[in-house]
Amino acid sequence: MSYVVQRLLTFPLILLGVSILVFVAIRLVPGDAITAMLGTEAGLLTPVQRETLAAYFGIDQPIWAQYLRWLTGLFQGDLGISSIYGKPVLTVILERFPLTLQLSLMSMVIALSVGVPLGVLAASRNERPSDLVVRVLAMLGQSTPNFVVGILIIYVLSVFFGFVPAMGTFTPLFTDPLASIAQLIFPAITLGFAFAASVTRISRSAMLDVLSDDYVRTARSKGASPMSVIWHHALPNALIPVVTLSGVEFGYLLGGAVIVEQIFALPGLGRLVLDAITQRDYALVQGTVLFIAFNFLVVNLLVDLAYVALDPRIRIGRR
Amino acid sequence: MGKMMSSLFRHPSGRIGLVIIGLYLLAAILGTLGLTPHDPLKLFAIDRLKAPSQTYWFGTDLLGRDAFSRLMVGIRQSMLIAFASVAIATIAGTIIGLLSAWWGGIWDGIFMRVMDVLLAFPAILLALLIIAIVGPGTMTSVAAIAIVYTPIFARVVRGPALSLKQRDFVDAARTFGSSQGYVLTRHLLLNLVAPLVVQVTLALAWALLTEAGLSFLGLGTQPPTPSLGLMLAESRNLMTHAPWLMIFPAVTIMLGILGFNLTGDALRDILDPRTQRREA
Repeated sequence: MSYVVQRLLTFPLILLGVSILVFVAIRLVPGDAITAMLGTEAGLLTPVQRETLAAYFGIDQPIWAQYLRWLTGLFQGDLGISSIYGKPVLTVILERFPLTLQLSLMSMVIALSVGVPLGVLAASRNERPSDLVVRVLAMLGQSTPNFVVGILIIYVLSVFFGFVPAMGTFTPLFTDPLASIAQLIFPAITLGFAFAASVTRISRSAMLDVLSDDYVRTARSKGASPMSVIWHHALPNALIPVVTLSGVEFGYLLGGAVIVEQIFALPGLGRLVLDAITQRDYALVQGTVLFIAFNFLVVNLLVDLAYVALDPRIRIGRR
Repeated sequence: MGKMMSSLFRHPSGRIGLVIIGLYLLAAILGTLGLTPHDPLKLFAIDRLKAPSQTYWFGTDLLGRDAFSRLMVGIRQSMLIAFASVAIATIAGTIIGLLSAWWGGIWDGIFMRVMDVLLAFPAILLALLIIAIVGPGTMTSVAAIAIVYTPIFARVVRGPALSLKQRDFVDAARTFGSSQGYVLTRHLLLNLVAPLVVQVTLALAWALLTEAGLSFLGLGTQPPTPSLGLMLAESRNLMTHAPWLMIFPAVTIMLGILGFNLTGDALRDILDPRTQRREA
């Protein structure tokens, strides 16, 4: 069975597993759902009212029946109603998603435009001072958590430039593109920092691998200029692992940057998950977690397919 | 083991990494024994928000607690959670990976699909989900990080275990009657030590990062126990008045992660000669 077919077949299976896990996990929360929904007011309910409510939400049925009902709802785009926002969960998620998407894209652009040139530079000057400097920087970058970067950026901006990044609200890209990009630039740098470091490291090592290949030696010996060898002959092949890494990383970012959104007070998907968890809005937790896992799986699937498309040698078996 | 340590010490980044880890372990042990310059929980009410000085090496916080002592206990807390969670993940992941490879067939399919399901969640999200169920705390952090990393170890072990299983020496051992347990531990597990050691070191770096992140969000170690992430989070509103409250925890978190990353990279270089020249 070819790798692609195998991958496509297991995809729905894993998705089903994810939905079961999320569903069961939420039901493991101590306390019954009605108390969770109504809080202290639940104490005022008469037993009959409780039963009516339980029947209304379908939680008087066995768990597998509840799961099937929830699953059927999922296929109709019904993720339930958020108790914090009093709106359908899917509506709330789709309100938050554009920010997260834009932030992820901006971080990726930053990471790639910094990381790839640095990696190529380091590889072409292997073991020389500039290579060592890049390697040390990349190592430091990879070891710095994004919340440390974020806090340092806010500190430097406020102390040395007397500038506080706009927080709380978000200008959508299509309302005012410049304001929107300006607003997300510091969070994007924060997220792009460690990402750029990984891109640097992987493009350096991929480039070193490719530079020792026979076809590169051939290109050199037929008299191609060093620049042309690096940019035209070596780089396209060295980019394959970079594509894989960026894809996986992008999948992570689409899940919402919980901590960075918290630091910069951005209303994205990560903040939504955090709010849902701290305020015990279980329909929202369930919906957002499933949405994020779904995105993550889709992006990973696309990355794997892209990998196969870019490198025909990998068609059978798992990596 | 001794040989590994000495070649690690000869590797430039391995040496720096080992020194950092050593210092952190020392701080953690002293912190556990209560050998901190001051009581990390004691409020020195007249010395609130003092800048670093001879008495308070890293200054004091809003409540007048000694930042250096709190950092030492914070390091202990981070190391404890990181080591405990990675230990659990290593053991659980190794067992799952080994049995998956050894039994093969339907078991392999079931085990690895379950691992795939766990891997479908971004790490911090899975941790948050677990915290949502059990509530925050030290034990929850350990469990959350352990569950996040178990599938990674299962994968790291399963691949090489599958190819070892095909090797002649394993066949030979089975033919002359070694028990399954003996073959699994002696012939498979021992040969997996090298990739595992690298993975464990890198996982420790990630565990430190995740722990700091969770406690930064207030969902990890709960106050009054000091934790690096929470110290950093608390410093936010005071950063212009008391930057030392931000700088020291930030650097402490970063250096710790750096130490394990450097050591992990050096180990990979030493144990896998093919990657020697490539890794940054």
